[in-house]
Amino acid sequence: MLAHLLNLPALALATTLGVVAGLGGYTFVFAKGSSYASDAPAACANCHVMQSRYDSWRSGPHHAAAVCNDCHTPASPAAKYLVKALNGWHHSKAFTSGDYPDVILLRETSRAVVEGQCRHCHADVVASMEAGGAVSCVRCHDSVGHLR
Amino acid sequence: MTAKQNPAVPARRTWPFTVAFVVVAFAAAGLAALLVNISGRKAEARNPTVRVVELTDETVDPAIWGKDFPVEYDLYRKTAEMGKTRFGGSEAMPRVPTLDDPRTSVSQSKIDEDPRLKVMWAGYAFAADFREDRGHAHMLDDQGFTKRQQVVKQPGACMQCHASVYPAMMRLGGGDLVKGFEKMNPMPYAEARKLVDHPVACIDCHEPRTMTLRISRPAFLEGMRALKASQGVQSYDPNTMATRQEMRAYVCAQCHVEYYFKGPEKRLVFPWAKGLGADQILAFYDEAGFKDWVHKETGAPVLKAQHPEFETWSQGVHARSGVTCADCHMPYMRVGGQKVSDHHVRSPLLNINRACQGCHKWEEKELKERVEGIQTKFYSVRNQAMDALVSLIGDLKAAKAAGRSDQDLEAARYLQRRGQFLLDFVEAENSTGFHAPQETMRLLSESIDFSRQGQIALRDPGFKPTVAVVAIATTPPPAPVPPLVK
Repeated sequence: MLAHLLNLPALALATTLGVVAGLGGYTFVFAKGSSYASDAPAACANCHVMQSRYDSWRSGPHHAAAVCNDCHTPASPAAKYLVKALNGWHHSKAFTSGDYPDVILLRETSRAVVEGQCRHCHADVVASMEAGGAVSCVRCHDSVGHLR
Repeated sequence: MTAKQNPAVPARRTWPFTVAFVVVAFAAAGLAALLVNISGRKAEARNPTVRVVELTDETVDPAIWGKDFPVEYDLYRKTAEMGKTRFGGSEAMPRVPTLDDPRTSVSQSKIDEDPRLKVMWAGYAFAADFREDRGHAHMLDDQGFTKRQQVVKQPGACMQCHASVYPAMMRLGGGDLVKGFEKMNPMPYAEARKLVDHPVACIDCHEPRTMTLRISRPAFLEGMRALKASQGVQSYDPNTMATRQEMRAYVCAQCHVEYYFKGPEKRLVFPWAKGLGADQILAFYDEAGFKDWVHKETGAPVLKAQHPEFETWSQGVHARSGVTCADCHMPYMRVGGQKVSDHHVRSPLLNINRACQGCHKWEEKELKERVEGIQTKFYSVRNQAMDALVSLIGDLKAAKAAGRSDQDLEAARYLQRRGQFLLDFVEAENSTGFHAPQETMRLLSESIDFSRQGQIALRDPGFKPTVAVVAIATTPPPAPVPPLVK
């Protein structure tokens, strides 16, 4: 029994995996990893880059009606977590490497998500507007969510 | 215990363990690196500022300020870099240093690029040497070594905007800034040069204890007082009455403005008592009977406009929207977790993301095309105005050579003065029309019209110009008699 426990390779493997699990777990907690599964807007400002958007959302017209995820992730649960995962990957890559512009603009796919969400909540109002072709909501209503 | 010694025991395969070890080691190292990175990013957000030296009203050396504000200082030093935009910016032209001019590089010569400028400035120092302006770091050397110094004796007043001059003026005036200003203005350039050591530096814009923006140039204080008085605001003082946002334009407007040296005391004056518009400035000069020089080929009493960026900006849509110089030329940037003003002052076209996209959320390419579209149109009309002026100068020169009287030529000479000043006003301005596109185009149209009227006035003695001809004396007034000293 003891001899079995002292099986050296197995012990070594268990130890190293334990180190990784411990280090990984600590990093996850330290980086508030679980907060990213939530809808809490403060989670988006975990990285100081988003602080000014967070601040201006709090003083903006939509703050009582919508949080970050209401505009920046799609409504259907599967698509929502897919977008969260993709954005999470993009953001952590950019923030870790530091390779991103000071003034951040939406990627085309992110812009499509936002436009979709405007229509999701305001369907009654906008349904008749689009008869003439594609229009952009945020081209005019660019400060309803937050300023830059 | 090798297989050879004991063939009954099968050889253990060790490679899976080696692979697992390497993979796990890399994973652990990656996680540790990520952990350290996250920790670093969190620390950045805390934004520490440590004051390691005491800054006072006498601390002129920017390197000392740099110990307290290393990020801003490093950015400030980058103004030594040279970079070209489509119409502006500067290119480093290598130069063999000489005894009287040790510079190893200069920027391109504008009078060689467009020789019509030499015609416009005939008889004036700018016809001898006029180059594309470079970054702040070069201002003191470029002023000290320009050939204009050899053509004309320049006064100490030049130092106002080519050096960090505030502490020197305070010392000269024994603690009284205006007194020091009055003493430095009439000094010979070489003498005033000995009092200063640095190009524009921290203390010229910042109060050293609180870092708030502060006006340090008496000419701006006096110019603004006159301007505000014309608008009904008495005793205006930007240091106590301007908003923080206004100050982000005013500190730049201490130098990036039209000016002249008044009287034998060479007092630096910003001609704003009638307003900031080019026509108002021209009316101010007409009323004062001021001329910069007499045009060598035509005998007209003409004016030289100099870098009226502030005045031009004030006529444009950005000024109206409350957007100031610093918003585009020193936009906020991220250094670590710190938000700082980019002290590498430069063309926004070299920094479009930070300078423009904070407000204009179009692609960089689109924004650049918009700006260059405005500038291309400006440049084409500017060329037409230049041709019109050179044509008037040619006609005037011929009329003078034909022996026509001064009285005969007075109207055409005055129209040359007007057309030339308005053209020079937008030409000397450093945005190629961008700071106020419509106003600039209006001034060019007026300039072309004055050149046209000048040519008609030469052909038709009965012609009545659309503006009243103002008589400007072309002979210098007698030198003031120095007071007798017992």
